[in-house]
Amino acid sequence: MKRRKFDLAATPGKAAVGVDDRFQVATPLRRLLNKVFPDHWSFLLGEIALFSFIVLLLTGVFLTFFFEPAMTEVVYDGSYAPLQGTPMSAAYASSLDISFDVRGGLVMRQMHHWSALLFMAAIVVHMLRVFFTGAFRKPRETNWIIGSLLFWVGFLAGFTGYSLPDDGLSGTGLRIASAIMLSIPVIGSWLTSSIFGGEFPGTIIISRFFIAHVLLIPGLLVALISVHLGLVFKQKHTQWPGPGRTNGNVVGERMFPRYALKQGGFFMVVFGVIALMGGLFQINPIWLFGPYEAWVVSAASQPDWYVMFLDGSTRLMPAWEIPIPIGDGYVIPPLFWPTVVLPGILVGLSTMYPFLEARHLKDRKSHNLLQRPRDVPARTAVGAMAVSFYVVLTLSGANDVIADKFQISLNAMTWAGRIGLLVVPPLAYYITYRLCLGLQQHDREVLAHGVETGIIRRLPDGRFVEVHQPLSSANGHADGHGELEYVGWVVPKKMNRLGALGPAVRGFFYPIEKPVEAPVSPGHPPVEARPEREEIGSGESRR
Amino acid sequence: MSTHTEHQAQQGREPLDVNTPGLTRFDIVREGARRDDIEIVHYEPQVQPGTKAERRLTRVVAGFFLITGLAATAFLAIYIWWPWQYEPGRGGDKFYTPLLGATLGVALLAVGFGILTWGKKLLPKEVSIQDRHEGAVDADGRTITGQTMLYMADELGVKRRPLLGISLLAGLAPVAAVVAAPLVGGLISQPHKNNQMFTTGFAPAEGGERIRLVREDGRPVRPADISSGGQLTVFPGIEHGVSNRHADSPTLLIHLRDSDAQDSRRANEKIGHGDYMWGNYAAFSKICTHAGCPASLFEQQTNRLLCPCHQSQFLITDNARPVFGPASRRLPQLPIEVDSEGFFVAKSDYTETVGPDFWERP
Repeated sequence: MKRRKFDLAATPGKAAVGVDDRFQVATPLRRLLNKVFPDHWSFLLGEIALFSFIVLLLTGVFLTFFFEPAMTEVVYDGSYAPLQGTPMSAAYASSLDISFDVRGGLVMRQMHHWSALLFMAAIVVHMLRVFFTGAFRKPRETNWIIGSLLFWVGFLAGFTGYSLPDDGLSGTGLRIASAIMLSIPVIGSWLTSSIFGGEFPGTIIISRFFIAHVLLIPGLLVALISVHLGLVFKQKHTQWPGPGRTNGNVVGERMFPRYALKQGGFFMVVFGVIALMGGLFQINPIWLFGPYEAWVVSAASQPDWYVMFLDGSTRLMPAWEIPIPIGDGYVIPPLFWPTVVLPGILVGLSTMYPFLEARHLKDRKSHNLLQRPRDVPARTAVGAMAVSFYVVLTLSGANDVIADKFQISLNAMTWAGRIGLLVVPPLAYYITYRLCLGLQQHDREVLAHGVETGIIRRLPDGRFVEVHQPLSSANGHADGHGELEYVGWVVPKKMNRLGALGPAVRGFFYPIEKPVEAPVSPGHPPVEARPEREEIGSGESRR
Repeated sequence: MSTHTEHQAQQGREPLDVNTPGLTRFDIVREGARRDDIEIVHYEPQVQPGTKAERRLTRVVAGFFLITGLAATAFLAIYIWWPWQYEPGRGGDKFYTPLLGATLGVALLAVGFGILTWGKKLLPKEVSIQDRHEGAVDADGRTITGQTMLYMADELGVKRRPLLGISLLAGLAPVAAVVAAPLVGGLISQPHKNNQMFTTGFAPAEGGERIRLVREDGRPVRPADISSGGQLTVFPGIEHGVSNRHADSPTLLIHLRDSDAQDSRRANEKIGHGDYMWGNYAAFSKICTHAGCPASLFEQQTNRLLCPCHQSQFLITDNARPVFGPASRRLPQLPIEVDSEGFFVAKSDYTETVGPDFWERP
């Protein structure tokens, strides 16, 4: 018998047939490979959060191999000389060991911390993108709610995480957290005592925070992120209006290969940036803070940036204590309002916003096209108001540092924050609203009269006029050009956006190719179709 | 060309037989896309094969990958051979972490940029249009699923046999409580055990013996140890008094100057605390009544004590009344005197609740 030759080239094909025989995946896989994603730089912000979360999981698992979540008192005998012989908790000692006695432990710890900060920052910026472009509208309200919850769960992950080393700074944060729980009316002392296992600090809180930080909260995050991505996949991504783009289609690239390749590259870039930060920028040098001692604190004790707004609200709160004269008398401490009630309101308002807006506008339609912020002045202004509120609070969270560095009275900073919190947001609303209207007006002006050329012409009667380059041909209009309708997307406002200057010639020292002919409209996909667009430009002015 | 009409037209189009001889691979790809309601309307190579531009881009991408290899090798070499153990004063180890981060970062960034260049510059640019299929609600599907579920409810007969539903709910309710019970029961902890929220380490010992004020190293304090205008953090002189087990006990012992001491004494008398000071010495809880941070920044000139966490300020000469910031309650004062051996002792425990405020405090 002839021996069958082993054909290496046919192996992948055979294996694929074998897999498909068993699982029937060819068609679903094709659908996945073919799925179309619209592309825009602002759609990548959420990815930064996802990628930093992956880095968090990787570095976090490494840290658990060396961290000891116990408050047992030990005497430090590691290699960091200044603390040798100091009594401290096992958690702090093992955190010092990760920093000094585990090879490469410090770079992992710092990468973990930096990626946590990046995770939260990316969530916030992504959320702003979604808000200001109206991507949260029907049918995507669920994903907006999940996104807002992700911020708060991430917040908890961050807080439980930076409390674990049990150093001087994080212990102070923990003490404040216990005071916040204590301030809740009626159940405060029971809640605190139950969580801390007795009076603050007790001996169990680090172990409890540890299991929350490495199992419960990440589990919740993974679940929420999976649903979040699954919904993006199922509902398909929103897109900007533009040529050929309608509410009923997705214009972009198929997922494979180019889109997926770009995503993979972007992941590596995010990972690389985190590695650089973790190595080059010191963060949370716990060995300088010493172990937590209830009687030691230093000025400029700030939490991580995403907690600072709550620190700020706490600092700005006037000392309004509410006594309740029943029986022996009860009290609602001032701490309760800025740290429990305010976050509660913020969670409620932010998660409910899509429904509030839809109700206000009586809008029940599905929207897959994004809106430019300028086209919805009221929403943009509300967003600016929220951002300014948050910024005032965050700055107030560092008001002692600002007062110190700029030689301002500390009390003046506090008062500035109190007044600013009431005055700045309405101001931001008004200014943003006017800016939006101004931008809208300019868009319409360019569409009607053309782009400014910078060419001044003197007329025979002595007048000077600027020559405008019309965007459309005459079409029988008296003034020589037709008026275009606004379609909800960027209006070219400079000559080179019209291609008058042509694109840049590529090549660092000398051109590597013949300069191409200037296209009619660079930056736009060259699709000529101009079908009916029912949803484009649903600006308020036309509602 | 009108892509849209073309797109519309293919709704009712015949699927292409992919086994037709002569089809290119791209034809089959496009047919696959069409079966998923995707029309590839624009597909344009960015570089022509064999051109200078292509060779150049290929070199760039390869260069990136080469940098990755070099940086990763450098990372390993540094990881293994660079002196990494902390030794005070030597200093080589302080470059260990930055070098690791830099090499790892460069390796990852280079592979990232390599892949990005590959994807963005070497692969053809495309514009595809996919239908969302969202507007077309599958009305039949809704009816069928809805009816199926109602049918299932009918079969279960919850309506006809209400007892089943009620008894199931009645049975499950305690099960939910059973799930919650161990969690709540295990965690719950009585906050007023031993009256712990209202006492500190300065409570007199069982024999009525007064507790000494000691320093951080455990030594008792004499009046002469603090110069006028000075201050010292003191702790109860009991076992574990200087530790987080008595996190509410740290106290600030202040030696006031004569005029300030007079103001202070007068303020004390006003609220019936006339005998709380000893000479010009007064002791106040260091635990802020706002959020529990140590209020530790004492400004001699103004006799104000500032809490660095939220900037509450307490005026020491006026019973440590809060004069600015979010704190609403004065710092409790510890009544002190000097025992027969000349050391400071607490006359009694604090007479007001120490630490952050809570509901049942008064």
